[in-house]
Amino acid sequence: MSVPRYWREIPGRTRLEAQKCSKCGHVIYPERLRCDKCGGVLLEPYTLPEKGKLLTFSIVRSPPSNFVKMAPFVLGIVELEDGTRITTQITDIPVNDVSIGMSLEAVFRKISEDGDSGIIQYAMKFRPAFR
Amino acid sequence: MKPTSDVVISGWGSYIPLYRITVEEIARIWGKSSRHFRDDLLIDEKAVAGMDEDVATIAVEASKNALSRAKISPKELGAVFVGSESKPYAVKPTGSIVAEAIGATPRVLSADMEFACKAGTECLQCSIGLVGSGMINYGLAIGADTAQGAPADPLEFSAGCGGTALIVGQKEKVKEPVALLEGSVSYVTDTPDFWRRPKQDYPSHAEAFTGEPAYFAHIISSTKMLLDELSLKPSDFKYAVFHQPNGKFPIRAARSLGFKKEQVEAGLLVPYIGNLYAGSSVTGFSAVLDIASPGDRVLVASFGSGAGSDAFSFLVDDGVMSKRDVAPTVMDYIKRKQNIDYAIYTKFRKKIVF
Amino acid sequence: MRRVAIINYGLTKVDKHWKKSLRGLFGDAAKAALNNSKVTNLDALIIGNMCASDLSDQNNIGALLADYLCITPATAFRVEAACGSGAAAVLAAYTAVASGMYDVVMTGGIEKLSDGVGRDTTLSLGKAADAEYELFYGSSFVSLNALLMNHYMHIHHTPRDAFADFAVLMHKNGSKNPYAQLPFEITREMVLRSDKIADPITLYDCAPVGDGAAALILCPLEEASKYSDNYVEISGLAGATDTINVSSRSDLLSFNSTVIAADRAYKMAKITPRDVDVAEIHDTFTITGAISLEDLGFSEKGKFNKLLAEGAFEPGGIVAVNPSGGLKSRGHPVGATGAYQIVEVAMQLMGDAGKTQVPDAEIGLAQNIGGSGSSTFVTILRRSR
Repeated sequence: MSVPRYWREIPGRTRLEAQKCSKCGHVIYPERLRCDKCGGVLLEPYTLPEKGKLLTFSIVRSPPSNFVKMAPFVLGIVELEDGTRITTQITDIPVNDVSIGMSLEAVFRKISEDGDSGIIQYAMKFRPAFR
Repeated sequence: MKPTSDVVISGWGSYIPLYRITVEEIARIWGKSSRHFRDDLLIDEKAVAGMDEDVATIAVEASKNALSRAKISPKELGAVFVGSESKPYAVKPTGSIVAEAIGATPRVLSADMEFACKAGTECLQCSIGLVGSGMINYGLAIGADTAQGAPADPLEFSAGCGGTALIVGQKEKVKEPVALLEGSVSYVTDTPDFWRRPKQDYPSHAEAFTGEPAYFAHIISSTKMLLDELSLKPSDFKYAVFHQPNGKFPIRAARSLGFKKEQVEAGLLVPYIGNLYAGSSVTGFSAVLDIASPGDRVLVASFGSGAGSDAFSFLVDDGVMSKRDVAPTVMDYIKRKQNIDYAIYTKFRKKIVF
Repeated sequence: MRRVAIINYGLTKVDKHWKKSLRGLFGDAAKAALNNSKVTNLDALIIGNMCASDLSDQNNIGALLADYLCITPATAFRVEAACGSGAAAVLAAYTAVASGMYDVVMTGGIEKLSDGVGRDTTLSLGKAADAEYELFYGSSFVSLNALLMNHYMHIHHTPRDAFADFAVLMHKNGSKNPYAQLPFEITREMVLRSDKIADPITLYDCAPVGDGAAALILCPLEEASKYSDNYVEISGLAGATDTINVSSRSDLLSFNSTVIAADRAYKMAKITPRDVDVAEIHDTFTITGAISLEDLGFSEKGKFNKLLAEGAFEPGGIVAVNPSGGLKSRGHPVGATGAYQIVEVAMQLMGDAGKTQVPDAEIGLAQNIGGSGSSTFVTILRRSR
């Protein structure tokens, strides 16, 4: 992945910065031009909650080439406390122990590396809430 | 050394990865006995970073815990220092990754420190200087490592992963101070006991030379200097944390300085997680703050190969009680564990090359 | 707007065509479409393709193919809507003819997936998803659909076997299709025991990777008889979109793009789902087929398995689904798939479908999806003989 592409998404992917519609309160993530629920154009900065539940998941055994070394890993859709859904990896759990509905919390993790000499890409994954 | 105005710890936080490997499992691979490591060096197992972890991710989680306890906005941080010998990049600061991820950017000073295992306390000294001089309100000092010992090397049995973040602030501005800094010293000589040359995956060491002329000479000297400067004696301290490359060294250093084993035990984590390198002494300190009471005095003495030692005296304050439960304790992380075998360990630690 | 007819078509077998290039393979389909027709001049070529720039290092395939077919200086360009590229191209060609701007237009799709190795193909196909908020996290086309399948099974308590049975029916149909990539029958056990790809999806839930080209010739309906005795009318068609990111959807178990495109196409054709005799639906994975059956109005939500077991999706049932074998058995030459589906429905209505022929098919539907439900094109054809 090119450096500019990684760099410009850092706020959304590592700090979960999103938008909130000032008209209907709907949370927009990832960012859009207008509210995808009511069409409102006044959007204010909003940070997503870091806790949620696992809505669905898959154990990925044949990943894209830059993720081969990590296989098997769990891809999931997490429903956050405010109802916003986010696709990311579930970490720090044996793949066979993952279950729908489990409580999760966000953790800053390495997603992939551009080979041995390229940049390292970080973002939020989710892990079982442990405390 | 003492800053012109009083400096306190305002928040602390640690992070230990989920995974552990026992010394027996490593010994099994190389046909060695685990007896020496378990009985003499007091290491049962070590913490291993997962595939998606490195010093930046460890530092971020520890920092978020410290920020929760400090009860401040990340924007109030004037400095973010990361001390490590296992930086994700050879050139490119880890500090900027951490500062950005926790939301401390852009009005912030950031740098990576390297001094083998004392890089974490180096960050603390620098933060104390900036805060104590009034240049910044809060400084974040992190010591973290994902240290690797070469396969079959004795260090492979002890080199662990984890780290701690400490937030220091000006005493008069921190509402719930955790511990007052009474004073600190730094003691440095050119003593090449352990090193890693560029482009090498694993460090080298001078074996037994790492002991007397290096670890013991420096950590004992710095502690004596500190006690002299502050006119304190070992019995004035409730807790003492010495850098812990294994269990034997800190206990022996403590004994020769006149500290009792009980003073050292609370901060002695190496049996459970191994040597955290730059994260070692600061994580020991963090574990002490997890259990200390207001009024307790704590000695922290790091050792970094190459070689040097920083020593600090802290007087625990009331904030330690109100802030303790805000974030996971070191013991919470130690208890949360999953043991792995050597095969998974080689996968996690990138020892399989393809 | 003028009414539009499909007057001729050409297909290649979906396969790994090692010896054929992008232009050579499409040339075969185009030649078949032009054979036995009275068409002497093509005004435009509008072609669907997804992966040529990744796997064959080729963009500008409009000009490439126009050159190869020796139809320059005809207008020619590519249309891309991921796996929906083929039907998107047909929609573009339809509007070109209906508007009156062009009279005789060749459209269709071409894909040469075998020009890339597996990892390149996986990456290229994955690009149908949100690069920054899905692919970035290591997801792929398969794993995103696996998220849907796991959710479906959890919400509707649908047994895993039902998805396997859908694949079994597809292979039963495809075994009779000379153009199918996997023309053989399979058993439920073969699906269940096949390799895990992204749980709960196993290998036999997935459409195979292959090459294919399909070509159609469109002209105004009122001029169709000039060129052919046997033609069909495109009586309704629509394209619709949904969020590119699967997790942004309030209901993960419905492709709103399919619901909307189908609704518009049904209205345009003045029919209801009950009027459809034969449907080629987009079953990239068995879960995609299940959701599509429901969103097209052929099954209540969460009930596809019940109807499947009753034979409702076979000739004589509610609707004959994928007599070609669908993506699962006929194959999924990505950017050409939608064109295959439309050709196959046209063949059914023209009575050209051979062993896969559904008796007396008069109205047919093709549903072509791009991405994991982010784009859908629904095309409805009516017999004109």
